[in-house]
Amino acid sequence: MFTTLRDLLRYSLSFRFGTIILLFAALLIVLSFFSPYEPDDRRAVARNEAPSSEFIFGTTSQGQDVFWMLTFAIRNTLIIAGIAVTIGRGIGVMVGMLSGYIGGMFDRIVSSIVDSFIVIPRLPLLILIASIMRGQMTIFALGLMIGVLDWAYPSKRYRAQVLSLREREFTHTAVFSGMSSWKIVIQEHLPFIVPFLLADIVSGFLFAIGIEVTLSILGLSDTDTQSIGSMIYWGNYYQSLLTNKVWVLIAPIGASIVIVIGFYLVSVGLSDYLDPRKRLLRLQVKE
Amino acid sequence: MTLLRTYILPRILQWVFVIFVGVSITFLIPRLSPVNPVENMIGRLTSFQSMDPEASNRMRETLTDLYGLDGSMLDQYISFWGRLLRGDLGPSFQNFPRPVNDIIGDGIWWTVGLLGTATLVSWVLGILLGSLAGYFPNSLWAQFLEKTVITIYPIPYYIVAFVMLMLFTFYIPAFPLVGGARGTPALTWDYISSVLYFGFLPAMSIILGSTAFRFIMAKALTSTEASSDYVRYAELAAVPQRKILLYYVIRNTMLPQVTDLALSLGTIFGGALITEIVFGYPGVGYVLFNAINSADYNIIMGITLLSIVGIATASLLVDMIYPFLDPRVRLR
Repeated sequence: MFTTLRDLLRYSLSFRFGTIILLFAALLIVLSFFSPYEPDDRRAVARNEAPSSEFIFGTTSQGQDVFWMLTFAIRNTLIIAGIAVTIGRGIGVMVGMLSGYIGGMFDRIVSSIVDSFIVIPRLPLLILIASIMRGQMTIFALGLMIGVLDWAYPSKRYRAQVLSLREREFTHTAVFSGMSSWKIVIQEHLPFIVPFLLADIVSGFLFAIGIEVTLSILGLSDTDTQSIGSMIYWGNYYQSLLTNKVWVLIAPIGASIVIVIGFYLVSVGLSDYLDPRKRLLRLQVKE
Repeated sequence: MTLLRTYILPRILQWVFVIFVGVSITFLIPRLSPVNPVENMIGRLTSFQSMDPEASNRMRETLTDLYGLDGSMLDQYISFWGRLLRGDLGPSFQNFPRPVNDIIGDGIWWTVGLLGTATLVSWVLGILLGSLAGYFPNSLWAQFLEKTVITIYPIPYYIVAFVMLMLFTFYIPAFPLVGGARGTPALTWDYISSVLYFGFLPAMSIILGSTAFRFIMAKALTSTEASSDYVRYAELAAVPQRKILLYYVIRNTMLPQVTDLALSLGTIFGGALITEIVFGYPGVGYVLFNAINSADYNIIMGITLLSIVGIATASLLVDMIYPFLDPRVRLR
């Protein structure tokens, strides 16, 4: 695990940049705990101030400091994404590995359910559920919802992985030398699954952040909690574009762009690492 | 005959199953909504006048009957499938008594036109740029292009669309803010050019994102292909690089791309929800968003059904055509 990370940081430029961006986001999250204002304090500072040395990103028409708002927003958005990813990948890994290992009738039934889940359009469904729950939506419910709808595709990939692992020679060797099934799964197969899981977690974050931003901007999530999407929502609500207070919008838009790029660079680094052809190239470099 | 039984029939059965499950889920979810469309309608009708309770009760019954919401959930479900198989999606609640078929019919051509064009353009553009960048990975412009794409690709689509809207309708008012066209529909240059003019910005926003996706896919496929033996042989035999790329490499990467094109053409019937909301484009997605906000079950059902059938059919077709496209796939 740690050697993998060390190798990635050493050899993959995009992974290094991505990690730096994400560390920066983590720093902002830590800062949010030291914020001088409560997250939804109105009129805490002077209103409509342009960015200056006192207010780095300016203030809103409600008298909130955009910089400190942003720290809360990033924290909450990443909490939503984290919940979604934990649930979605949890279900995905479990379903995929179970149907890969058990096989037979179980596999066929589960696979056809997974296939129909993939076909169902997710965004309209999410908007539908969100509009049903309008007003009662919390960030936890939002994360749960995104997670429950985002497991089918990854589970297909884990199933394929398990199916190929089961046929490898070392599995047969392990079976014939009397290793128990649990031991084979945990000691022999899991190390192959974990890198995929890492890459998958990162792309899950990308999806969840995108959905959170979209739903919040449409006013369908919990708009009273600061998140990147709800900051844009309120920015639009108070007409910051027409009243020439663009900084209210630029901060969350910029933050969302930088954070997703950070995640994406990390995932590019990881999938480069996973690609066996590129791994061979790396080995040649080392010699 | 064995081909039919072992390959085609299971696929068709799966197609039916997928549509059945999808439709059942979309039948169920709106009915869990606390918004009652009948009460909504009565509230709207009686907002400017008072009505005696007797009449409003009768009206409630009539509306429940007309909307097809009487009886238990199971009765509704059965009669719903009955209507569906006759091709009747029922009336819209919000624009009663206009049939849903009519409303979707109005929007679908806008959506299909916009998304169809954008999908095809970005497909061609992405493959061309991506294969070039994959075949000449060390050239300066290829690296520049890749850096740009990696920056654009992960950005949530809403942000891309919104920033474009901000830039090109507000700061540089080059394009209109909302709408699909100007004037009355006719086959005149005025009308057609206004369709193009109104559709340009929404189309560009989609093309930007999906070209980036296609670029990444094409580049990965090409760089795999370019390292194979036949390419090295062709290079040693002094075949011009342009020829190698166009006649051999791209053709060999086409298979997944064609599959993917068919699948993305299948998704266009669901409408470009976010695009149409942001740009106020009068397509299916915009209709869907309004329907969700007013709990108009029949429209929601209709559009979701359309998009599920679209995707499921596209993937069915891909599976059917695949053996013809790829000689390596053998059916046993």
